[in-house]
Amino acid sequence: MTVGILRYGAYIPMRRLQRKTIVAANSWFNSALKSQGKGERAMANWDEDSVTMAVAAARDCLGEGGRDGIGAVHLASTSLPFADRLNAGIVAGALNLPETTAGHDHSATQRAGLSALSNALAAPLDKPVLVAAAEKRRTKAASPLELSSGDGAAAMLVGEGEAIAELVASATRTVDFVDHYRGDGVPYDYMWEERWIRDEGYNKIVPPTLKELLAKAGVSGADIAHFCMPCTLSKVAASIAKKVGIPEGAVRDNLAAGCGDTGVAHPLVMLAHALEDARPGQLIVVAAFGQGCDALLLRATDAIGRHKPARGVSGWLARRREETNYQKFLSFNEVIEVERGMRSELDKATALSSLYRNRDMLTGFVGGKCTVCGTLQFPRSNVCVNPNCNAFHSQEPQPFADLEGRIMSYTADNLTYSADPPACYGMVQFDAGGRIMIDFTDVAPEEIDVGKKMDMVFRIKDVDPQRGFTRYFWKATAA
Amino acid sequence: MAKGIRDKVAIVGMGCSKFGERWDKEADDLMVEAFEEALADAGIDKNQIDAAWLATAIEDQHVGKSGTPLSVALRLPQIAVTRVENFCASGTEAFRGAVYAVASGAADIALALGVEKLKDTGYGGLPQRSRGVLNSMWWANASAPGNFAQLAAAYRAKHGVSKEDLKRAIAHVSVKSHDNGSRNPKAHLNNKVTMEQVMGAPIIAEPLGLFDCCGVSDGSACAIVTTPEIAQSLGKKDIIAVKALQLSVSNGVEAQHNSWDGSYFATTRVASRKAYQEAGVKNPREEIDLIEVHDCFSVTELVTMEDLHISPEGTAIKDVLDGFYDHDGRIPCQIDGGLKCFGHPIGASGLRMIYEMYLQLQGKAGERQRAKAPRLGLTHNLGGFPHQNVCSISIVGRYGE
Repeated sequence: MTVGILRYGAYIPMRRLQRKTIVAANSWFNSALKSQGKGERAMANWDEDSVTMAVAAARDCLGEGGRDGIGAVHLASTSLPFADRLNAGIVAGALNLPETTAGHDHSATQRAGLSALSNALAAPLDKPVLVAAAEKRRTKAASPLELSSGDGAAAMLVGEGEAIAELVASATRTVDFVDHYRGDGVPYDYMWEERWIRDEGYNKIVPPTLKELLAKAGVSGADIAHFCMPCTLSKVAASIAKKVGIPEGAVRDNLAAGCGDTGVAHPLVMLAHALEDARPGQLIVVAAFGQGCDALLLRATDAIGRHKPARGVSGWLARRREETNYQKFLSFNEVIEVERGMRSELDKATALSSLYRNRDMLTGFVGGKCTVCGTLQFPRSNVCVNPNCNAFHSQEPQPFADLEGRIMSYTADNLTYSADPPACYGMVQFDAGGRIMIDFTDVAPEEIDVGKKMDMVFRIKDVDPQRGFTRYFWKATAA
Repeated sequence: MAKGIRDKVAIVGMGCSKFGERWDKEADDLMVEAFEEALADAGIDKNQIDAAWLATAIEDQHVGKSGTPLSVALRLPQIAVTRVENFCASGTEAFRGAVYAVASGAADIALALGVEKLKDTGYGGLPQRSRGVLNSMWWANASAPGNFAQLAAAYRAKHGVSKEDLKRAIAHVSVKSHDNGSRNPKAHLNNKVTMEQVMGAPIIAEPLGLFDCCGVSDGSACAIVTTPEIAQSLGKKDIIAVKALQLSVSNGVEAQHNSWDGSYFATTRVASRKAYQEAGVKNPREEIDLIEVHDCFSVTELVTMEDLHISPEGTAIKDVLDGFYDHDGRIPCQIDGGLKCFGHPIGASGLRMIYEMYLQLQGKAGERQRAKAPRLGLTHNLGGFPHQNVCSISIVGRYGE
């Protein structure tokens, strides 16, 4: 029994905004963007944020089971929807973890995700710990960050047991090097010159951290098989590798071409990607830069092949839809103010007492199962819905999130307000019993038909702009 | 089954305002417009009314809550006035209240009035409004057309019908109703439309296009009811009597239990069966002469033809395309233009349908009068969504027949 990573997973949103569309729209203003129009960046749907993406990554990591005994949830991001409400608590609720689970939010630096993972590995609880990192950075139109960023998440389950990768060593540095910052209440990052960030930042802070890491483990750079160095500045990862003797071939793809830099999530996204490829015994280094540096050295164990994520980074990268509508990206991220029409004006005030009372139903997607006739039903109710039963007070909690469903009826609605019309929704019937009239997401109207298999995903239901509250519920997407 | 109310209550007066975008009128004005016609028709004094029912659904859009808006608008003599709301069946619910009051002997003469002023929202379609504290947190972000449109997907899947064939049949429904509406001066829309126009119109909710959806309008309709004996004492001949009134309300089975396939209205099947029994109708396809159904959307009307047990299951498309429900067919449906041409001022719609039956049964429907005056007419309202709704059915006919 060793301490290490027990399972891993990731999430990358389906839409891939084509960088050439960003450049085409903005190079009139900044001609330097013209050279950055290659590839695509992951683009979250309007109903995704760092919490929903963390839930998706956690589900990718844990699979349908694998939740028993989780002792803590750590959530890292600089784009959390709530400044004061435990965001990790929403993730724990969506995963139906018990109230005895500890919850922690980590933020304020791009290395928050790797720091959280490092701390979890260094001081394991008696129970496994879930570390999730997610990012959906808001970026100004025509900014280099808009082009280089991507939305995404990753999650790792850490603890004692049959680890797929064990911790060999860790190292850290804290240096108040302000390459960029985002002040309180300001939506966008402010950045300094790239050349200074490269020369004085990455190249002077990361190599000594890595040298210390390797020294602690008593290995040389040449022994490293996978080097995860999230940085989209050109040639930085290669230059750092060279400085510490890591072979050029070990430098992992930073996913800049097909995904973009997922911020706080990116060290974990790159690590999850590396774990997909790692063979038993291989050494992996993952580093994160941000007002200092964190670095971990891991060794893949013989169990590396035994726990694969449901989709993993490569699976999510393959689940891909090209997006060429830059206006849609700006609108989803509220960079531009779109006339949304009177139907969007409906007051979305939330009765927090009702949300709390119904938290297992709304956040956990828990319905009922009649203990008399066995009928599954959503929501759980006092009287069984089966007309041949109608037993009173007979239902036990029944999670629906992982049940297989099929479309019974559907429409694509141009009338109701949606941030991404037409609003697609319909009745989804679960094979095991029960049904729900539910919103669809990430589906194109022409792909929908009666009988189509659907998966349940945790998403933003709506946002109350007046009070700054985000409501979550579950939606159906193509399986 | 209970004895029912067949022939216990007579309609002695009815009124209906002009429906439409009544930009220059308040709801009060519309109530008075319908009421004055009914009062003159009944030949009674306003102070003879013992009790009244007001139907309005989206009261926050116009008159507000309670029975007071009706009592104040008509200056009723401080009698009992009850406001009812039961989705789109509200108008028929007011009628049921008034009819039951007379049938029970609690009132000699009762008034049912429905009104809705929907055109103060600033946009087309029904107002977007809260669906309840908890419902808002999980119900699909659905509109009325989006909910009803799903009948099409489920009906096609069940009966193996192609998209094109279904689209053609529901287009015929709308073409027929517009044709009927062109002969009705009180309808909101009086224009005829072609199959090409209907099938080529912009999509509101797949597969429903603009002309598959009823309009939204302002309007009011009302009925004055009493016992057949009092009606006779008022000098009424050829008395129109209520034969049946039934209401069926979903209990969550359609929304939550996998026994419903989404292609029909479970409530309509229950309410119509009970109504036929109450009215003594054995074979509706042979005995019913005229129907006004809740054609909020063309596809609703199509499947309702089966739910009323008039078209056998799976044959509504054939009946519709054969002209069975056209104004000159065997059982005209929406001979007045229906919701399609009247629009749907929610509280008023059920009473507007009964108003048309009342005129047709008396041979007073003007240009659109059925040549051979009908003997038995059925009206039908549906409120909510296919997967959770209320359905009301009324059957009216000549007293004693």
